[in-house]
Parts: sequence; structure tokens; C-alpha cells
Amino acid sequence: MTDKKRLTPEEIVKFFKDDFKKDIIDVKIKTNTAGSKKNQAINIWMKVDKGVFKKVVKHLMKIQYPHLAVASGNDLGKIIELIYHFTLYYEDRLGEITLNISVDLPKSKPEIESLCDLIPGALVTEWEKMEFLGVKFKGIPDERRLFVPDDIPKGVYPWRRDETGPDKLYKNLHEVKK
Amino acid sequence: MKQKSTTKTSYHIPIGPIHPALKEPVFFEFEIDGEKIVDVDVKLGHVHRGVEWASRRRNPVQILYLAERICGICSYCHPAAFTLAVERIAEIEVPERAEYLRVIQGELERICSHVLWAGVAAHEIGFDTVLYLTWQIRERALDLTEFLTGNRITKGIMMIGGIRRDITPEMIPRIKKDLEHFKKDFETLRHVFLDDKTVKMRSQGAGILTKDEAMKLCAVGPTGRASGVKKDARFGESYFAYGDLDIDLITPDVLTGEVNGDVYDRIIQRLLEVKQSIELIEQSMDKMPSGDILAEPKIPKLLAQLKKASGEAVGRHEAPRGEVIHYVKLDGNENPYTWKVRAPTYNNILPWIPMLKGEQIADIPIVAASTDPCMSCTNRVAIVQGSKRYNLNKEELHRLSIEKTRRLMK
Repeated sequence: MTDKKRLTPEEIVKFFKDDFKKDIIDVKIKTNTAGSKKNQAINIWMKVDKGVFKKVVKHLMKIQYPHLAVASGNDLGKIIELIYHFTLYYEDRLGEITLNISVDLPKSKPEIESLCDLIPGALVTEWEKMEFLGVKFKGIPDERRLFVPDDIPKGVYPWRRDETGPDKLYKNLHEVKK
Repeated sequence: MKQKSTTKTSYHIPIGPIHPALKEPVFFEFEIDGEKIVDVDVKLGHVHRGVEWASRRRNPVQILYLAERICGICSYCHPAAFTLAVERIAEIEVPERAEYLRVIQGELERICSHVLWAGVAAHEIGFDTVLYLTWQIRERALDLTEFLTGNRITKGIMMIGGIRRDITPEMIPRIKKDLEHFKKDFETLRHVFLDDKTVKMRSQGAGILTKDEAMKLCAVGPTGRASGVKKDARFGESYFAYGDLDIDLITPDVLTGEVNGDVYDRIIQRLLEVKQSIELIEQSMDKMPSGDILAEPKIPKLLAQLKKASGEAVGRHEAPRGEVIHYVKLDGNENPYTWKVRAPTYNNILPWIPMLKGEQIADIPIVAASTDPCMSCTNRVAIVQGSKRYNLNKEELHRLSIEKTRRLMK
């Protein structure tokens, strides 16, 4: 893995664009400096079509087995956005690149393929998105609840901002059946 | 809880949600064959406080104090990662001196945390004298923290755009004196943990996590590094002043020449990191330039600036237990649109499963504690064996662990 030539952030973007072309919807490379020497920290933000998401991750594994830090989620009204935070080249001094791959899912059918067969460690973060945002992961090995208590009714997702959110629950706690 | 079919020879023991090895709730269900652990299942969420949701009603400066209360031991790391993300969105340039002061705070917290852990680990295998020794060292580290920040645990030292308290020249002799003490203490701990025959017998070959498993299960921090995964945010990413300092990526083979990924390696890993933290504090004090410590000292002005900012960013900081990563999305309102917190134990839960499989019941406390989990601890274990049900309490499980140590010492 490490014997391969190290790619620059631009080359990483090209590596994906060559294969997925229009399915890579948006790409941004952001750099921030810190300390006296003003060394750079690099973040790549890439939005991909949900149809190719898993293929993108498979393609990413050709560069290096990535570290999946976590997936974040946003409720954007009609869309649920998932952002997977990967890191690459963490063995190189000041060379770590954070690759944030985001994907939009329609709220009417928030479904995406599970990454657990590629990265078994994705299980905990997928569980969390399932419970807190109501995203369905196709092929997830275990579908029980992990974080939310058993007495939270089904169909309530704590991070949603619409009627399926927790507002009713916390305003009328006395009505919640234990 | 997943119910699995039980064969004649194996039975299930539920442990938790309050558990002997940890000081916060987590629920384990072990499938046991005699003394041997066949399978493990975990359930979490007993202390999910909805912190991220609570942030929707707070502005970024208020969130710093909320973030500080995510974890009592990592009370600096969470505000640090959140601040990094917010500074990146609002493009705030932090004064250089503040970047060095931030390193000092981060490393001091690491010393407190690792020494605390060393005490807990010793207690789990029945060496309470070592617990008192390590916590005495931690006491000195906490006193130094209080000297620098005004408080021992929730320090309130982080601020967006800098840090809240400076280190003045008259404070330096006291810090240097304490660092000298820590160096001596480090040698004592090294001798106690690494040369002791019984510690070796209890920890070598116990709770093994291979490099491959650690990578696939996304293990972070000392848990991952002790298995040979060379990942440390301080080494890989440029944030605070870590990019300016000489820092090595430590794995246990530095000392022993090989990586086994067992409990012993995790002990070595943390001890070496204590030494590294002392050196990093010394380097920071030497290299620290003079100047301001805040980019914007007026809070209302800072908040107005943050209100105008919009965008998304991630902040990562290497906490004592591993990398803390925060995702923040600002949308031009007073409060952030989204704030996602990922604490290191979140990623170190799944690695417990390969570590515990094949071990004995008496090894549960030390193996579970060896990842330094930031979750918690139970007072009671219920053993269900056929139709008979009886309870094993914390003391009982602890006693089993001590008995094993004594057996080995004979």
C-alpha cells in the first residue's frame, strides 16, 4: 500500500473524475495553515451521485485502505445529506489528507448501500445514521438499535428537522409511553 | 439485545450497563464456554444526552462549554476540535503564541489521562499500591492544570480564535519543576509496569488486536497504534503548533522491536506517550513566540463575525484516547446548522469483539479497560446459566481478576 506513489490532492480528484466523470457532482479542495511554519492541512470535499457511491469507495481503496473516521448527516429539507469523513496518507508526516465524500439521499426514500462489507468498522456509524436520521442501509449486517433507548417510538428520528423529528417527544414527555 | 441459540456447553453472561472496568454505562453480553469467551455483543446509548441536538439552541461560544462537558477527562479535546472546525469555516487566523499554548494544554491533558488510565489498569489486575502511586502523579498534573487554567477538570481554556489564559514568565519555573518530577515519575512507572513479572503474565498475549483488524474496524489512538496502525493526528495533520514541533509517531516496537497488539503493548504505548507529551510541552515552551493570545478578544464582535460565516469544515485533534473529529456546518445564523461529534471510543467499540474472543472471564476487566474506554462501569453482572440465575457484582468480578493475578504469582 505504501509503496505506491503518493498522489497530490489534485491527482486524487483527477483519479476519481477520470472514472466517474459526471457522477462526481462537486469538488472543493480546501487548505488551512497553522503554527509558525504555516504548514498546510488539506481537506477535499467531494459530492458524488448516490448511484456510484459504493463504487467510489471501492475506487478509493485502490489508493490506500482508508481510515473511515465517521459519517455525519444533515437534514436539508427534502434531502438527507450524508458525509463520510475518510483520511488518507496518515503515516506521512504532515501528509494526512481528509477526504469528505458526501451523498444526497431523497427524504422520501433515504436508502444507500452499506459499506460494512468493505470497511467492517462502518457498522457503528451506519447504525447511528439509521437511528438518528432514518437512513436505510442496504446490506447492513445487524439492524437492531444501538444508541437510542428502546422506548423511543419507531418513526422518530432525533436529528430530523420536520414532523418526524423529536419535537413532539420532548414537549410532551408525560405522554410518552414507557 | 440479540439472542443467539445456546448450545449445551455455552451460556450467556450479560455484563452491564454498569460495568467493573469502566466508569460509564455500556452493556456486554458474553457467550461463555466454561471460562472461555466464545462471542461478545455490545449495546450502547445509556448516557446519550443529545448533546448535538442541544447545540441547535446555542451559539458557537456557548457550545465550547457544552463540548467541554462531553467528557470529564477529555474536557479540552472536544472544544479544541470544535474550535478548529469553526475557525476553518470563518477563516480566523489564530495568533502563533496561542497555537503553542494550545499544544501545552493538550499534552498536559494527555499526561493526566494516561496516568489515570495506568492506575485503573493496575487496579483491575489487583495492584492497588500502583493505583495510589499513579494517582499521586496525576494529582501533581492536575495541580499544574489548575495553576495554568484555574480549574482541574472543566478548564474553560479554549476560545475561538485563540486561548483564554497566557503563560507568563514567572509561571515557567513552576512548570519546569513539575516536568522534572514527571520525568522521574515516568521512570518509576516504566519500571513498575514493564519490568514486573506478574504484569507481564497478565497482559502479554491477552486481548490481541491485529493490525489488519485494527485497520478494518477503524481503531484510533493508542488502541490502534499499539496494534501497529501508524495514525496520529498530531503527526499527520498540521493543526495548532504540532506542525512546528519535532514529533515521532510512536508504536510499541520503538521499545520492544515488535508489535503484538496485546494489552502489554497498549500499556507500553501509553507510557511512551506520557514521555512524548513531556517533551512536547518542553519544546513548546522553548519555541513559543511572544504576542497576542486571541485573534478577537471582544466576544460580541467575534459572535457577529461567526454569524456571517457559512460553510462546513471538520476539526480533528488527537485526544488521549485517539482522534476526536467534529463536523460543523454554519449557515449564517446565530447557531450552527449541524454539529457532529465523534469521540475516539466510538471507533474503539468494535475492536473489543476480536480482543475479548477466546479470553477468560477474569480477563474481561483488564482487556476492556486496555482500550481506555470513555464509557462506563457497572456494578452488577447477572449470570444466566440454564434456568438458574445469579448475580456477579463488581466486587465479585474484580475478585476473579485479582485471583487470577495471585494464581499466576505463585
